[in-house]
Amino acid sequence: MSTDPSRPEEGGTPHGDPDALYRDGRRLDHAEAASTALRPTPEKQPRGAIVRGGRPIDQAEAAERFIAAPEHERMHDARLWDLRQKRDREMHGIEEWEELRALASGIKEHTLTHLDEYLEQFEARARANGIEVHWARDAAEHNHIVHAILRDHGAKSLIKSKSMLTEECGMRHYMASVGIEVTETDLGERIQQLDDEDPSHVVVPAVHKLRTDVAEVFANTLGTDPNNSDVHYLAESQRGATRPLILEADAGMTGCNFAVAETGSVVVCTNEGNADLSANVPKLHIASIGIEKLIPRLEHLAVFVRLLSRSALGSPITQYTSHFRGPRQGGEMHFVLVDNGRSARLGMEEFWTSLKCIRCGACMNTCPVYRRSGGLSYGATYSGPIGIIIDPTFNAHKYSRLPFASTLNGSCTNVCPVKINIHEQIYAWRRELVKRHEVPFVKKAAMKAAAELLAHPTAYRAAVNVTNAALEHLPRFVIYNGLNAWGKQREVPHPPKETFYSWYQANRGGKP
Amino acid sequence: MSSREEILAAIRANRPKLERPLPAVPHFDAAAPSSLLAMFKESLTRMGGQFLDPPASGDPLAPVRERVAAARIVCSTVPELAGNRDIGAVGSPQDLADVDLAIVRASFGVAETGSVLLSDRDLKLNAVGYLAQHLIVLLDPAHLVFNLHQAYQRSEFRERHYACFHTGPSATADIEGVLIHGAQGVRSLAVLPIAGKAAGGRPP
Repeated sequence: MSTDPSRPEEGGTPHGDPDALYRDGRRLDHAEAASTALRPTPEKQPRGAIVRGGRPIDQAEAAERFIAAPEHERMHDARLWDLRQKRDREMHGIEEWEELRALASGIKEHTLTHLDEYLEQFEARARANGIEVHWARDAAEHNHIVHAILRDHGAKSLIKSKSMLTEECGMRHYMASVGIEVTETDLGERIQQLDDEDPSHVVVPAVHKLRTDVAEVFANTLGTDPNNSDVHYLAESQRGATRPLILEADAGMTGCNFAVAETGSVVVCTNEGNADLSANVPKLHIASIGIEKLIPRLEHLAVFVRLLSRSALGSPITQYTSHFRGPRQGGEMHFVLVDNGRSARLGMEEFWTSLKCIRCGACMNTCPVYRRSGGLSYGATYSGPIGIIIDPTFNAHKYSRLPFASTLNGSCTNVCPVKINIHEQIYAWRRELVKRHEVPFVKKAAMKAAAELLAHPTAYRAAVNVTNAALEHLPRFVIYNGLNAWGKQREVPHPPKETFYSWYQANRGGKP
Repeated sequence: MSSREEILAAIRANRPKLERPLPAVPHFDAAAPSSLLAMFKESLTRMGGQFLDPPASGDPLAPVRERVAAARIVCSTVPELAGNRDIGAVGSPQDLADVDLAIVRASFGVAETGSVLLSDRDLKLNAVGYLAQHLIVLLDPAHLVFNLHQAYQRSEFRERHYACFHTGPSATADIEGVLIHGAQGVRSLAVLPIAGKAAGGRPP
């Protein structure tokens, strides 16, 4: 450890406490000095789900660890609920809100049922505007195409704005393996990149981190003061560290929020202006576009721009809404249209409408399970309610447990700006996974027993009476154990004194 | 078969065979207020932008001149004000990295959101709107539309290669929801309402 110039006498902090002075390897205390720090050490950030190859992700296990970190859980819950409330305020400020949702849903369903035609129109217009258009069947082909474009231009460094599609494609890892230096320019995404962690939310990628976590990441990677977790200081340090990378980058990349077939343009929404820096500073701009991002015309764009940020963050619009229709003078622009499972999803009768998603994250912000377990507990690119209906389309075995991370309260469906019936699709996935034998034994055995009971009214009533009586008297360890998922992280409600059936029998039974 | 053909073939095979006509989008402009400028000011302020009230008499550009005087390097793309960094002589975006203050004129503004549209013609070099530390935008109050439905009728989106709605300054709340101005782009955005000719674009 290097000698700390502010403490010439001692030479470092052998036990990692930055406040302490040491002499001869021992902590030095005298006069009014404190022998231990008065403030507690920051709570350690709970990490996400443990991924073991293609084996099923245990979301509940990771959620348990998130809940066991109360400062993280409290901030996460409060922050996302605040976004939900801000969204509600915006919704109430617009009389035509429900009409806009219906329009958005209608436009998306129309486009998806005519997707081939709109893609061809989009491609033709973009080409006419001087843009090169590429098609990628899957993630690997996307990464190869982007790499080939960079190689053709001798580009070694790439700055980019946030894109869930490039996350889905694992592009950063691929580029690292071929010697391309990628720099994320969205603050949250940059934090996640520097911490070698996936984004935990589609809009606010580092929402699961406390400022002290960020201070630790930046201290280790950007050389900031590890004891300074002031948010302005952290953001400014990142701005200062990223700026030279932006100026020197060989190429820039953005995602795409909406692709307008009529004009062949892509629209990107950011609050930081980082997409505009990525696209406008280097000569070469590559945009990765999921094929479901198509909309027919500019008049439809108005509907989506009005809904997107209001649903996501509770602001009327993002700070920047950028329309890219062609390369700038002396520049070059490439579009990569990516399928990666989307055309197959289009053929899934119960799930195709999940392709309407505009990645606003409103369903995540409102979901009680998501808010209290963190996005990384899902162990997948997409988390929260929308994630648990999309992820199984990529791998039904690996993500087989995710559709059970829901209370089916329907709040996700109610806030969805494009009216995806999310909670119904969650339920449909459960049925589908049982059919495919992707549900673990304990859950299946419990469901089978429940089905038997529910099919036989007399047995059901007897069981209810016995259970209610038992719940009054059973010791805690019988109710709160691993086999009863409803006793985890919550108290089981007190049983009623009397069931409705027994009250009805006593008071109304036999009467006309 | 090429990837293109394969993807299109898969879509044709899988797309739901359902009647889903394209809905017509109304303009939702029945409730437009009498003063679009007042609404614009309120919306802009809400989004963290500054509205520069023109002085009651005298030089309408006075609030901008004050800021120009306080800045070291000023890059102007408008004829009304001269800077000391000539955008016409700037070779590459990187040469704008040290600009303190940029001054541009917007194609038009949107009252509903407090946005100004800056196209490649307004910016001359697109990067000036993002690399400068601070941005001042001149906006002709006659070039205001009520909402985004009206905004997307404008010609810029069909004619320009680049056009961007700026609504307040570059901002982030990615750490614990704490609001920061100047995330990666400009630290402040101020709009001065003043008549003048926009570089391009026209109402529908």
